Amino acid sequence: MGMTITEKILAAHTDLEEVHPGMLINARVDIALGHDVTAPIAIAEFKKSGGRKVFDRGRVVLVADHFTPNKDIKSAQQVKIMRDFAREHKLAHYYEGGKAGVCHVLLPEQGIVLPGDLIIGADSHTCTYGALGAFATGVGSTDLAAAMLTGELWFRVPETIKIVLTGKLNKWVGGKDLILAIIGRIGVDGATYQAMEFTGETVGDLSMADRFTMANMVIEAGAKNGIFAPDAVTEEYVKYRAERDYTFYFPDPDAHYARVLEIDVSQIEPQVAFPHLPSHVKGLSRVGSVKIDQVFIGSCTNGRMEDLRLAAGILKGREVAPYVRLVVIPTTPEIYRTALAEGLFDIFLAAGAVIGPPTCGPCLGGHMGILADGERAVATTNRNFVGRMGHPGSEVYLANPAVAAASAVLGRIAGPDEIKGAHKL
Amino acid sequence: MKYTGKIWKFGDHVNTDLIIPARYINSSDPDFLAAHCMEDADPDFVKKLRPGDIIVAGENFGCGSSREHAPIAIKAAGIAGVVARSFARIFYRSAFNMGLPIFEARDLYDLVRDGDIIEVDGNAGTITIPGQEPRQLKIEPIPPFMQELIAAGGLLAYLKKRP
Repeated sequence: MGMTITEKILAAHTDLEEVHPGMLINARVDIALGHDVTAPIAIAEFKKSGGRKVFDRGRVVLVADHFTPNKDIKSAQQVKIMRDFAREHKLAHYYEGGKAGVCHVLLPEQGIVLPGDLIIGADSHTCTYGALGAFATGVGSTDLAAAMLTGELWFRVPETIKIVLTGKLNKWVGGKDLILAIIGRIGVDGATYQAMEFTGETVGDLSMADRFTMANMVIEAGAKNGIFAPDAVTEEYVKYRAERDYTFYFPDPDAHYARVLEIDVSQIEPQVAFPHLPSHVKGLSRVGSVKIDQVFIGSCTNGRMEDLRLAAGILKGREVAPYVRLVVIPTTPEIYRTALAEGLFDIFLAAGAVIGPPTCGPCLGGHMGILADGERAVATTNRNFVGRMGHPGSEVYLANPAVAAASAVLGRIAGPDEIKGAHKL
Repeated sequence: MKYTGKIWKFGDHVNTDLIIPARYINSSDPDFLAAHCMEDADPDFVKKLRPGDIIVAGENFGCGSSREHAPIAIKAAGIAGVVARSFARIFYRSAFNMGLPIFEARDLYDLVRDGDIIEVDGNAGTITIPGQEPRQLKIEPIPPFMQELIAAGGLLAYLKKRP
């Protein structure tokens, strides 16, 4: 029987010829990732079990990105556990301070995660790397401890949902809108335990940034992983970044899918997810008048160079509405520097934005842009649960960077077409 | 794997931000996390709780972040276990990996109210609702591999015992 991409990558990381949904396997891990929230628990478990050495100092990656630069004593203590561990085990990839970025943007950018890899991370958005044609999934801290120790982890081989994208993308519609529309259709548990494989003619038109955004949010439908078959766009992205060899896997023509979902992207307008679930999605034309207090552009979902350029094209020569805070966070040092060199900082600052250092920060209500009771934010992030960005009485609306920027200018949820002369930079 | 306790009911999609808000995950101390368990759903939850109580919930319990702080907070708060219609997958594996016994039961939710007592028997695969007319429901048995994990005392203990 044929295999899906997910099944092929999993099989390639075992001694088995084939794997099929439902099988419980032990698989070799190429990269194991932890960050300042999840790694300290993993490190404690690692030590408790008598661990002396990590399985490979080049394949355990630790990134201080959530509450960094350290926001308080407690978070500083957590980061200290991580840096001491990184130093003790001479980890090749430890990122903190001016080297750190939001892990799910940083690892692909630095060529640490590659097509064909099996990647586990103690962070639910680890699924982002599926955009490269890798199997990547979020796990807990105890799982990370086991992987750091043995280089292996147990998996139940997931069924795959095939999502076929056809048609031309509308103006201002990107990966964020496609994935929100899909989550809106199948629900926040519509793909629980399953893999989501994106395919179809539209995929070739999607940039790596779009694909990262889509794979990033498959967890919001409960999926184990999201995956794109690699192509020329993938090759172009990885060829100068890769630190080691990589493999392109493709699905077999007779692969078995649990279900097939066909999406005509030409029917999709920019999407907004209303509080308090990512599946509470409305097309922009049906949003109505929703006044806002804050806009956040950043995060592992939409904090890449393409996202910042999109926002800057709308903000250029404009100011944010009175009493609206705009927080922009470039997600890695490289993106920060590029945005500065391209003059985007001038545009953001002139518009009245605050520009933060690379961090997850406000996305999870960590720091650098917390909401008060009753405040509303439009965010380019991935979750809008109760209290996600601050007070349990606050509200988060998820949108793409163009909608976020337009909303900042108008002080209510709005589309870029409402702003005269808005264009893509 | 048996436990009997008073239940606390929560709805569908109880997410990790609700179980333990991010403002508290700058610490991984179980007692600190336990003190804030489910705080945004019910600020007095921890005060009202007795050790051995059980959480009963709807679909997709534990969705959202991978933070193991969530099952840690629940376990450290003294909750004996969670019975839900379904679980999000990272929460599901973390709960077993760290030794919090959880069960999927599709029908329990509509049959019980806050404060009811239930008996969960993971070995027999049953939940009993005592009373004048006791009822017994079947639950999905724990997969054999998960049973081995629990018997060993969690994933790392299991790995240690493995040849």
